[in-house]
Amino acid sequence: MRRAAPLNVIFGLLVLLAVLCAISLIAGRVWIPLDRLGAPGDPQWAIITELRIPRTLLALAIGAALGLSGAVLQGYTRNPLADPGVLGVSSMGSLGAVLTLYFNLTAPGETAAFAIAGSAVGVLVLLGLTGSAGGATTFLLAGVVLNVIAEAGVSLALMLSPDPWAASEIVTWLLGSLSDRSFTDVWTATPFIVAGGAALLMVGRDLDALTLGETGARSLGVSLGRTQALIAAGVGLACGASVAVSGVIGFVGLIVPHLMRGLVGGRPSSLLVPSALAGAALLLAADILVRLIPAASEVRLGVAMAVLGGPFFLWRLIAIRRRFA
Amino acid sequence: MRTEGALGLEAHGLTVRLGGRAVVDRVDLAFAPGAVTAVLGPNGAGKSTLLSCLAGLRRPQAGEARLGGRSLAVVPGKERAHLLGYLPQSPEIAWSVDVRTFAGLGRTVRVGAFGPSDVDRAAVARALAVTQLTDLADRDVTTLSGGERARAHIARVLAGEPRWMIADEPLTGLDPSHQLDAADLMRGFAQAGGGVVVTLHDLAFAARFADRVVVLAEGRVLADGTPAEALAPDILARAYAIDARWTSGAAGPLLEVVARR
Repeated sequence: MRRAAPLNVIFGLLVLLAVLCAISLIAGRVWIPLDRLGAPGDPQWAIITELRIPRTLLALAIGAALGLSGAVLQGYTRNPLADPGVLGVSSMGSLGAVLTLYFNLTAPGETAAFAIAGSAVGVLVLLGLTGSAGGATTFLLAGVVLNVIAEAGVSLALMLSPDPWAASEIVTWLLGSLSDRSFTDVWTATPFIVAGGAALLMVGRDLDALTLGETGARSLGVSLGRTQALIAAGVGLACGASVAVSGVIGFVGLIVPHLMRGLVGGRPSSLLVPSALAGAALLLAADILVRLIPAASEVRLGVAMAVLGGPFFLWRLIAIRRRFA
Repeated sequence: MRTEGALGLEAHGLTVRLGGRAVVDRVDLAFAPGAVTAVLGPNGAGKSTLLSCLAGLRRPQAGEARLGGRSLAVVPGKERAHLLGYLPQSPEIAWSVDVRTFAGLGRTVRVGAFGPSDVDRAAVARALAVTQLTDLADRDVTTLSGGERARAHIARVLAGEPRWMIADEPLTGLDPSHQLDAADLMRGFAQAGGGVVVTLHDLAFAARFADRVVVLAEGRVLADGTPAEALAPDILARAYAIDARWTSGAAGPLLEVVARR
């Protein structure tokens, strides 16, 4: 097995991110050639500072949150199919956020707080169910149940919504997007994402020990209670805050750790930072792409990720099957 | 380290009930370092449960397991991991990692915040050398053969430099030569001053390899002593319901199973 050293992969990803950031600032409906950008009074500056910079920052933060959460959840469950979307954490977060839209709670912090609470409840249910019974199958089934419950709640909110405007607001938001986000959104989401990410980066060694299973990890001195608490807090904060701002964007947490495993190997702790960086790069690239697709209205980022991610994942599954066949 | 010198491992009135049945029933045992103790008994006798209690991974309903005179219930997990190396039955390896990284997992509580030091790397290198895995150090551990993988698990325990090795059926599924390899590694660990408690199914192998044999049946200690004492025909008849007799072979005692009772 020939593998790049994690540091080389991290460096490569940072270079890629720098390039993508530059493209993200100039690309879109309106192309802004940097060399012909006028004085600070130029209206093109407004596009960059008011629209493109917040959008770029959010893509970076949310992509990193999703990539890192996926890597941690896969490490904890020892299952490469785990991610916040599959396990229902994202949809529980979106249920929380939809409730704020339904009840017309519009203060900037409220959607975030409800989405974080929803995600945290989702992670706690998952960990609670598997803490005693264990097993990756239980975990994935619990995720399926959470997804069903959350989707039922969202449908109920849509159905009962007295106000058609709120209903259409919910539908638009559910599709997931980063368009027309402002610095308010950046300041709402980023602190929680950073705090959650910090918690998640602390579980690397525990995840490595879990390579030997739960009994093995405990015999190595790992306190699984602490691991679970950090994961619940970390994934709840990072994914909840992401969902609050962007709606549900799937597949990032699923695909990115897969790709990184091919580059840096299977050790869970060495996947964390590369997955965060690659998640940021993937989401930013996808967001640039949706801006450039010529369509009457911008293709929603969540939809685009699903269109790209679904077939990709199918292809990976077939490749894995073939290897075992 | 907190405790130096002889660090005994003991069970005092140890009782574990599962589903209303006492799987381990008031077991009193004391193990001393420097020897290999084999725990034998029919399937369901409570061997694995006893071992997981001795490894501090299961809380008994009554009685306690003690390490160096202290109840394992009050020994913090990190300190326990320094002192006790545990090899679970049919251990899991979830991800493809190289053999060196895998062995390094044994030092999880010893590695500092900034990653492995030279001391950690040297301990892993020694463990790989003893288990003859140095040449395979960069191989993916999930692609190893059964015998190599058994050695990798032992290397993982040795890399942690514990005082005790508690191994649950480490020889199951290995061919005779790999059984001997793994047994030699455990003997070597005991000769270097460590304590080994191991469950086995092969009676004749246990008789040659262990310093002491404990026979469990229905959660109770049926016999405890030298292999010749603990594996006497009447004990085997009671534990396994078999008629068996020992004969002397060229390399040691041979067990001849004559009939089921």
